[in-house]
Amino acid sequence: MAGHDKRDDVGMRLRQALDAYPHYLLLAVVAIASFFAMPLSVWLSLTVAGLAMGLILFVVSSGMTLIFGLMGVLNLAHGAFITVGAYIGGSVFLMLVGWPPLAAVSHALLIFPAALATVVAAALLGVLFERVIIRPVYDDHLRQILVTVGGAIIISELIVAFWGAHEIPLPRPDSLRGSFVIGGVAFEKYRLFAVGAGLAIYWGMLAVIHKTRIGLLIRAGVENGEMVQALGYRIKLLFIAVFAAGAALGAFGGVLWGFYEELIHVGLGQQLLVDVIIVIIMGGLGSITGCFYSALVVGLLTNYMGFVAPTFSEFSSIVLMVLVLMWRPQGLIPVVKV
Amino acid sequence: MRLLSGDTPRSTVLSVLLVVIVLALAFAPFLFPGPLAYRTYSTICLFTMLVLSYDILLGYTRIISFAHAMFYGIGAYAMAIALRDLGPTWLAIFIGLAAGLVTALAVAFVIALFSLRVRAVFFALVTLAVAVGFMTLVSKLYGFTGGEDGIAFSVPRVLGPAFKLTEEPLAGFDVVGFLTSGDAADSVFKVRTSGMLLLYYGLFVAAIMVFLGLLRMMNSPFGRVCQAIRENEFRAEALGYRTVVFRTINVCVSALIAAFAGALAALSLRYINPESMLSFDLMVNILLITVIGGMGTLYGAVIGTALFVLAETYLQSLLAMAHEATAGVPVLPALLDPERWYLWLGILFVLSVYFFPRGIVGQLRARAQARSRTRQAASQPK
Repeated sequence: MAGHDKRDDVGMRLRQALDAYPHYLLLAVVAIASFFAMPLSVWLSLTVAGLAMGLILFVVSSGMTLIFGLMGVLNLAHGAFITVGAYIGGSVFLMLVGWPPLAAVSHALLIFPAALATVVAAALLGVLFERVIIRPVYDDHLRQILVTVGGAIIISELIVAFWGAHEIPLPRPDSLRGSFVIGGVAFEKYRLFAVGAGLAIYWGMLAVIHKTRIGLLIRAGVENGEMVQALGYRIKLLFIAVFAAGAALGAFGGVLWGFYEELIHVGLGQQLLVDVIIVIIMGGLGSITGCFYSALVVGLLTNYMGFVAPTFSEFSSIVLMVLVLMWRPQGLIPVVKV
Repeated sequence: MRLLSGDTPRSTVLSVLLVVIVLALAFAPFLFPGPLAYRTYSTICLFTMLVLSYDILLGYTRIISFAHAMFYGIGAYAMAIALRDLGPTWLAIFIGLAAGLVTALAVAFVIALFSLRVRAVFFALVTLAVAVGFMTLVSKLYGFTGGEDGIAFSVPRVLGPAFKLTEEPLAGFDVVGFLTSGDAADSVFKVRTSGMLLLYYGLFVAAIMVFLGLLRMMNSPFGRVCQAIRENEFRAEALGYRTVVFRTINVCVSALIAAFAGALAALSLRYINPESMLSFDLMVNILLITVIGGMGTLYGAVIGTALFVLAETYLQSLLAMAHEATAGVPVLPALLDPERWYLWLGILFVLSVYFFPRGIVGQLRARAQARSRTRQAASQPK
């Protein structure tokens, strides 16, 4: 009898663990299953590539999921913010590179002012967008979706009007080119850079959300916005701040992605938006942690499948999303009830 | 009135517009010469079906789907693949149509089953992801779908340009030419009674049937329940209607009609590729037309499509004129570039979502109602 109990105990614990940490399980399944499908060196470099892509995806998606979590706004113009970010960051970077007084400065350092300019510009754009486009339709999901689609059209048409419809090449600075070779396995430098940047943002966001007063308000707002208002906080201001932050995160992700692809074009954000949507649905709408892990899973899976079955590399993440939703209809880590 | 299922236009302006559009389409091959015009009026018929079927989702039941273009594409690809692999026969057309409809129905059912239970937002996101995934799959499965290159195929001879229905061409009258030149004798042109003409009338009849059929459906008890779901889902459920069932049926019907339109589009174009059949742009166009025309009216789909397709084909030359006229001003020319007409459409779309949520048709009806009310008030004795 005792042994029987013990087995039950283990089974129950396992089930509890599965319930509590579905994201670890998913990550492990994807990483381990692919481990047997390819040689070790390939697996290693694909893992780094997948993590890099996943972290960029996380940066891009976190803004959208945050906005949804707090305000319940499904911002389908997020793709347009990504594109705007790539364009602004790219042009500022190219401008700085071409500016004679800065000729002696390493080009890699110039990414930082470019990214800063992007973040500021995108935050301003986000505030404008929130005020003009989204505010009139706060409590109406259907109109929000329609209006943000319209907003996305307007933004991307304006991009074409200002920058032109042609693609802009965005060469990476030399110090971020090439790769480290460790034990016969090549790790691209820029991918490691992207991993670092993504992790920094993830931890930064977690710190803000869990350690600061604003983070406390955001968490409270996600839980129950009306209550926060009743306690005397002006949630509208919080909305604006979060929307600006979300837009800035999307735009920053756009810069990272622009350097990753070394090419900027108008469809960039729209292409990424699909992955973003998969990530935020799979992670659980509104959840930062869920968004992080599902971004990693999507990044890894896309890269592994690119090696195993290139035809299905993009389709595989959708299949995975469907499977995850069948398992957990609210996503990996549900925050907002949908 | 029986024909319209009791759901009349309820606005004089709307009725007049509708009569003009239907008459123009009915005699289009005899009024507007040239291949560009042929493409335009065929597209109006095809898009009308597509937008009508979207309106029963968005307008009547408040379901936002981004997979409508996918169903259109499924119909088109099934038809194209059948005709390519089985040769240009009627059997192939039948098989292609059946395969397209069955596939669309199955896909719609599966999507509806696992995403309609939750909030509307979720369905929008899932359909968006699935639709884009489907498109990448189609463009990558080169052997089966022709990838980015698409599929060119031939149709049975009766539907092709080489077929002659009558030995002698019929006489047509070029309205636009007559209005610009004023020369009646010069405006007469010859209409070849080819298979293309036959096919166009097939499209026209199909569009009319779809319109009347959907009008019937949405004015039936089923349609009433759908509208109840739109207005207050919770209450509809409390009244004992299983809303999930109604919404699922709605999604499936809409997908079937979209696939049907897609199959006809493939027949009419004789060439398809992912860009023209599946792209996100197509989806956004459907959305724009539905909203600007007037959600939940079905009439809006007809008016909206006619205006949109005409604007897409001919408005750009107007913008080109404005573009040249403002060549000296700094920013304006870039914004008035004919390529940028979509920008203005986007602005119009956002404005109409804010200020005229019922679109053109809703505005016209509201005006007609207001007028009849003032007339009533005036005629009433004090």
